[in-house]
Amino acid sequence: MTALPPPPSPAGAAAGGGFTVELEQFSGPLDLLLHLIREDEVDITDLPIARIADQFLAAINELGLNQAADYLEMAARLLRIKAQMLLPRRLGDDEWEDPRSELVRRLLEYQQIRELVDWLAGAAAIRAERFGRGFEQPGPDLPPAPLAIELNELLAAAERVVALIPEPTLHRVVPRPLDVEGATARIQALLAERDTLRWHDVVSERAGVVEVLSAFIALLELAKRGAVRLDQPEPFAPMVIRRESPREAA
Amino acid sequence: MSPLAKLLEAALFAASRPLGLDELATLDPEAGEAGTRSALAELRDTFAAADHGVELVEIAEGWQFLTRPEYAEPIERAQFALRPRRLSPAALETLAIIAYRQPVGRVEVDEIRGVDSGAVIDKLVERGLIEITSRGEGLGRPLLYSTTPQFLEILGLKGLEELPRLDELSVSLRPPAPAQPE
Repeated sequence: MTALPPPPSPAGAAAGGGFTVELEQFSGPLDLLLHLIREDEVDITDLPIARIADQFLAAINELGLNQAADYLEMAARLLRIKAQMLLPRRLGDDEWEDPRSELVRRLLEYQQIRELVDWLAGAAAIRAERFGRGFEQPGPDLPPAPLAIELNELLAAAERVVALIPEPTLHRVVPRPLDVEGATARIQALLAERDTLRWHDVVSERAGVVEVLSAFIALLELAKRGAVRLDQPEPFAPMVIRRESPREAA
Repeated sequence: MSPLAKLLEAALFAASRPLGLDELATLDPEAGEAGTRSALAELRDTFAAADHGVELVEIAEGWQFLTRPEYAEPIERAQFALRPRRLSPAALETLAIIAYRQPVGRVEVDEIRGVDSGAVIDKLVERGLIEITSRGEGLGRPLLYSTTPQFLEILGLKGLEELPRLDELSVSLRPPAPAQPE
């Protein structure tokens, strides 16, 4: 890599070791970049990107700015452009687009802003030499004016406030309704695959009361519609559910 | 001095901010804006000719009596008035971008400056130098900022048209020359 030039020395930099970061030193990564470019006296439109990228990295390390996202983003951008510049390209390739062009455009735009900043600072300095009438030291906030109010106004205000009070929202707690439709759909889906089902295929082992009732009512409903036939071989024996007719009945 | 010039002098003396021509014209509806303008010129010339310590200055789309610059130092030393604090480079950059692109959203300011400008923008709004004037199109309908008369006042400008034109700057924004493949 190229030899590193001395980085710009921030006012708050201690000699060696930890740095106190003077964030005011540069107002952003573009500012730092312009500073490096000016120091090197290189042509901004034909940026020696490898050298500038190295200097930028060295500078943000030195300044302790390598934690700042904006600076890191610029460092990554510079390294990407540097890599893109290394890619081989065919001679006389008209399609080739200079990977630096976007950065150069931004730098020129920013440089223009900096020139305007100088102008604005100058204008503000000239203006600051003149005082208008009625200069006042920015004093403490005035105390609120004493309350002067008519009874009618007070009552009207109270009415407005009362009108703003929302109706209390009461929640009525209702037991979870039976999900007969869901159970019906589930049974029909099962019956689409198989002709015969057992009770425990329809209701899981750990089913709650609501689920059991839903499934039972769904089965009765299906039986009533003639979609299934329910059999119980003997008392307390598991119920067997059979598909009664072709699928469309289900 | 004409009676209207004297009336204007009194009004401008009483006010602690620049008064616009439209405001001043209400003092004497018969004179209208044209008559008011010529009376203002008369007043300004009278003060200039008599070599006063204050002068009538056209500023921030209005008129205001201001002290002459050579007295800033002794007035400040005596603490009758204080020069305003200087704006930081970040604040000036943000103001420059907003002044030229207004109305403009925060994202565009961030892009041009290459850093997050939210805090700076908030501070400038607080100081009354910029204000939200509209909302942009697009995602989230971003707030758009413009400069205020206060911005013109702290720069001593009559209006935005006194800002340098971009083509007067030494940095032109022409696209970079196409690179020559080696």
